[in-house]
Amino acid sequence: MHDGIPIALGYLVVSFTLGIAARNAGLSPAEGFLASLLNNASAGEYAGFTVIAADAPYLTIILLTLVANARYLLMSCVISQKFAPDTSIWHRIFVAFDITDEIFGITIARKGYVAPFYNYGAMAVAMPGWSIGTLLGIVAGNILPPSVVSALSVALYGMFLWIIVPPARADRVVGALVTASFAASFAAAHIGVLAALSAGTRTILLTVVLAGLGAALSPIAEKAGAAENSAASEKEDA
Amino acid sequence: MQHSIWTYLFLMSAVTFAIRIVPVTLLRREIQSRFLRSFLFYVPYVTLAVMTFPAITETTQTPVSGALALVGGIVLAFFGASLFQVSAACCIIVFVAERVL
Repeated sequence: MHDGIPIALGYLVVSFTLGIAARNAGLSPAEGFLASLLNNASAGEYAGFTVIAADAPYLTIILLTLVANARYLLMSCVISQKFAPDTSIWHRIFVAFDITDEIFGITIARKGYVAPFYNYGAMAVAMPGWSIGTLLGIVAGNILPPSVVSALSVALYGMFLWIIVPPARADRVVGALVTASFAASFAAAHIGVLAALSAGTRTILLTVVLAGLGAALSPIAEKAGAAENSAASEKEDA
Repeated sequence: MQHSIWTYLFLMSAVTFAIRIVPVTLLRREIQSRFLRSFLFYVPYVTLAVMTFPAITETTQTPVSGALALVGGIVLAFFGASLFQVSAACCIIVFVAERVL
């Protein structure tokens, strides 16, 4: 729980701005609270809110959530390797339910097998921080003046930049992919056929195409640094 | 609004839940395919980049303020600023830009 407190505080701030995005998509405070309680995902929820705002087909939200949260699939694969072999299925499920970027981080930073109650402690403070922050964002978004809402609405993008820019600087392939993504996303938003699609559908298409190209042309090396590789090498230590 | 928000939320939550739960319950060994591992590794960066731009210029009151926040955020993140610093700077840039311009 101790390690969960800084995470919870960070969540409170980030999810507050997520709440503003949810409000812009037309969600009520209760709906936003529930969305965050059940999803615990910044980019995934934000992606979902764009679909809701566009009133796009249900299939879009299914596919886009899949794409935006694909990294949790990867993290869950890593965590699956770190359970003691006799861990019950319920512990596996409850731990996996709140695999976020941050909780994944503190989980794999620990040596040896996953200790479910360590995760539950962190979740006990992080999950309320996340969902209450979202609720407050929606409520506050209705009270605050438009100029303040406009300013706060970019906080989430600031977080996205903070996630993608340092790895883009450190790794040439990630850098090229991020640059290509900006360019392709801008182009797709303005070019005939693609511009007619919803933002969510464009995100799905571009992600599959660009990440696929990256993986085909420049597969990751078997080196430390990538999350799953460092975790894999830790497993061998354990 | 033709679609129900509750249905959206249900679908979203179900997919997110499945993504997290299926690997820990079914997968007992590492993914072997190098292509698949590379793909999963690159996905978050591409998705986040695509969702950030040009959307950041459309969420603010003027496109210019969003563009300035984008540039400022990239520069700060590039030079190792913290999550809070990057996010706060983006907000301040937009707030100031919309006052001044």
